[in-house]
Amino acid sequence: MGFSQARWFSGDGVLEPTPFEAGRLGEGGLIIAEPEEELVEIVGGIEEIIPRKLIRKELNIPGMSEPEVARHFNRLAQMNYGVDNGSYWLGSCTMKYTPKLVMRVAEHPSIRNLHPYAPEELTQGVLRMLYELQEMLSAITGLPSYTLQPAAGAQGELTGALMIRKRIADLGERRDEMIIPETAHGSNFASAAMAGFRIVRVPPNSDGTVDMDALKSAISERTAGMMITNPNTLGIFEDRILEIAELLHANGSYLYYDGANLNAIMGWVRLSDMGVDVAHLNIHKTFSAPHGGGGPGAGAVGAKEELRDYLPVPVVVKEGNRYRLSYDVPRSIGKVRTFYGNVGVLIKAWAYLKMLGSEGVRETASLAVMNANYVRKKLIDSGFEVPYGRDRPCKHEFVISLAKLRKETGVRALDFAKALIDRGLHPPTMYFPQVVQECLMIEPTESDSLEELDRYVDVMREIKELAYESPDELMKAPKRSAITRVDESFANKVLWLSWKVYEKQKSQGELDR
Amino acid sequence: MISHLSPNASERVRRRVLEYLGIRSVNELYSDVPSEMLLREPPDMGRRVNHVELERLVDSMLPNPPRLTFTGGGMADHYVPPLVDEIASRQEFYTSYTPYQPELSQGMLQALFEYQSLMAELLGMEVVNASLYDYGSALGEAGRFSIRVTKRKKVVIAFSVNPERKMVLRTYLDPLGAEVVEAPMERESGRVSLDSLRSLVDDSTAMVYIEMPNFYGIVEEEAEDIFGIAHSKGALAAAGIDPLLAALIKPPGELGADLVVGEGQHLGSPMSFGGPSLGIFAVRMDIRFVRQLPGRLIGMTRTQDSLYRSYCMVLQTREQHIRKEEATSNITTSSSLMALRAAVYITLLGPEGLRKLAEKIAYNTSYLRKSLSELNVFSIPFEGTAFKELAVSSSLSWERVNSHLLSKGVLGGFVVSKLFPEMDMGMNLALFSTTEKHGKAQIDELVDLMREVI
Ligand SMILES: Cc1ncc(COP(=O)(O)O)c(C=O)c1O
Repeated sequence: MGFSQARWFSGDGVLEPTPFEAGRLGEGGLIIAEPEEELVEIVGGIEEIIPRKLIRKELNIPGMSEPEVARHFNRLAQMNYGVDNGSYWLGSCTMKYTPKLVMRVAEHPSIRNLHPYAPEELTQGVLRMLYELQEMLSAITGLPSYTLQPAAGAQGELTGALMIRKRIADLGERRDEMIIPETAHGSNFASAAMAGFRIVRVPPNSDGTVDMDALKSAISERTAGMMITNPNTLGIFEDRILEIAELLHANGSYLYYDGANLNAIMGWVRLSDMGVDVAHLNIHKTFSAPHGGGGPGAGAVGAKEELRDYLPVPVVVKEGNRYRLSYDVPRSIGKVRTFYGNVGVLIKAWAYLKMLGSEGVRETASLAVMNANYVRKKLIDSGFEVPYGRDRPCKHEFVISLAKLRKETGVRALDFAKALIDRGLHPPTMYFPQVVQECLMIEPTESDSLEELDRYVDVMREIKELAYESPDELMKAPKRSAITRVDESFANKVLWLSWKVYEKQKSQGELDR
Repeated sequence: MISHLSPNASERVRRRVLEYLGIRSVNELYSDVPSEMLLREPPDMGRRVNHVELERLVDSMLPNPPRLTFTGGGMADHYVPPLVDEIASRQEFYTSYTPYQPELSQGMLQALFEYQSLMAELLGMEVVNASLYDYGSALGEAGRFSIRVTKRKKVVIAFSVNPERKMVLRTYLDPLGAEVVEAPMERESGRVSLDSLRSLVDDSTAMVYIEMPNFYGIVEEEAEDIFGIAHSKGALAAAGIDPLLAALIKPPGELGADLVVGEGQHLGSPMSFGGPSLGIFAVRMDIRFVRQLPGRLIGMTRTQDSLYRSYCMVLQTREQHIRKEEATSNITTSSSLMALRAAVYITLLGPEGLRKLAEKIAYNTSYLRKSLSELNVFSIPFEGTAFKELAVSSSLSWERVNSHLLSKGVLGGFVVSKLFPEMDMGMNLALFSTTEKHGKAQIDELVDLMREVI
């Protein structure tokens, strides 16, 4: 299959011009509403309302007509790549297909047009959806209490870490350390630090799971808890998780679970059965809400009984047949964002889980795992190196290393990824987890067909061969995307962070192009 | 069977794959999970619901939306132009991930760069990040940012700051052991008291923060003086602003703000019961600020072969995936699609559309104020200029007023004492909002209905 992404550009290499170039500065635009003459007569001039000294004189944003704006953004869309374009094996990101029905449900006018302070009569339906979503997440995870307030996974981590912190303070203890495996997602470290913890790292074993001896020596009377991802970011199930939980609990510490990716285990293993105390789940991964080019997502946080009273306010409760937002959470950490969360995103997860039902949840996970194992075996059979976990099945994803390829050909994981782009495939996650050199983290999800799995593997095999035959070719990739390889160091040098900054530099003669 | 969502669900494909893997059942793919943990049965979540059933269920669960919404409190019922919805429903945008592969993601990167640029112009600032979650967490990040930049630990905010956002700020600052001090409000004007503010701001102050409009709908007309007080003690001058107001009054940047936060959901996105939302975060182009900025930043650049202008994420060394616990924030997934919506909205309305819209809201607010103050049981307790939101005091029970309104399909004011008794000050306040969705006729209808209660 051939591929060529749209490339809209003008003669001098300017990609689709920005509205600052295409529009008329300070002029024009679509009037969607304007003051009524009758009101102007009653109220008077604008100076009657706004003190003269405060009135804005200039608004130097560009004006365009509606057709021009429509074309501009549709062209930009054509220079982007989505899950509905093709395979998107971005490890740790669970780029599954979003059923269009879940999009429609979330766009329901009764949800879209609902003010967050609307009276309970009008909010029963949406509160019921949120409550049912919590119940379904409880069924999947075994954690009894949920908040849907966090706007994304990382904010869920912050929420959970703050809950642990407050619980520890209430117990009159002084524990200020959070243990985090070196393989963990970067946000774990950042969230724990934001919540005031000092980070203690533990390395992985030779089999890719947590090194138990290192963990034992990391645990101390200062340990507040540990943040763990399972399956971990190598795609390996931490089979000693119960032992880890017991070690922590015996020490009076808590087990935080990073459930950003539950796509391998939902319906198969519950977090409560792994000894988890508090966890976040990424609604925009496992539960099919799309990623929106980098959000909005949603990060549900589930907690066991002991931590329930620490959840952010408000929580959704059910009394008889009525649903209500309750602010009665005695030891709440407060609020992490305004109102109740990214409701429009959460509704998609509700609809998705309704569409799956009990069997579908379990089946989805097993198909994601099946696809990952299929691809892994095919890649191993094609000579790719999987440094960790070859002796057991992987879960929803796995990590390959191109260290040998790099040594022998000079081709890096980055070059390899760019070559995939030229063949119409979105590359896997690169250089994460950092414990594997020159790695690609591969997560095919349940959404790709067998033919697509085979094609992706064929392409990878072809690129590997090419790396030995003509490595220089690969280093020139991509050629078939909207642009050729971007100059990131130039970007970091000039720091053109807005049109205004760019123009200012230009007028000062600081541009070399 | 979920074959409608997964092409490999069919028995035929499954058998082929399992055969290749040399196993007999998918259960064997879970052989690495200790058996005492494995569920034998799937969790009970009910049977799967088909398309037609699900749509019917949704319709049966959701009542019709109100005809008119006049509720305030930090969210108002704005009009969403169809083009914004249409662009945001392009799958290339909404199904893509964070643009980690810039060559394949120029569309989103350019749209986000345009968002940064347009928002910078609107706010009179120079650098805007490509997004935080919402206004509240943007304020939380602003507090932490000011503490990093100044190495001080006291944050002075106006009492009149929205209480939901105050709560978020406290949550974000709590682990730093920072102090949040509130500067009182002048009871007549509804604006922050400059004298009190002056006495609270000192050499340990990291940031002085006000909102426009504030919780009671009042515009801080002395913003310039307030920022001056902050600067005189070496503190950051910070403002929260409704971006639509910035189309009408001198933007915070022009008034001297170092840092601006706000809610971008008002720019072309529906209310959706409070979210998804869009946290705006803007600073002056000062390298001390830029290096401490939380969240993603897009920069314009060129290709390595110098053939094309292009865009990519910059200064990623501030971010969690590289800097880990030293990162300026934990934020990862943010609010890109909402930023895209805002970019389409601002571009579509342009300078004239935005200005007219802001003027209309100002006229509506003024007319609502005038009409309500003519009813004897209601009064507008604060004299200051109001925009979009209006605090109304009543000698009647708001419950009675609002239930009468609701019986006619109209959502009335947000009753402050219900959630934030400390913000009511014994005045029995409700916060109303009016937007471009209302004309004189709708405001008259609201006022007539309120008159009926008397
Ligand atoms: C393992 C893991 N943990 C945490 C996160 C953070 O989630 P979010 O991006 O929603 O903040 C991610 C994804 O980015 C992840 O893959």
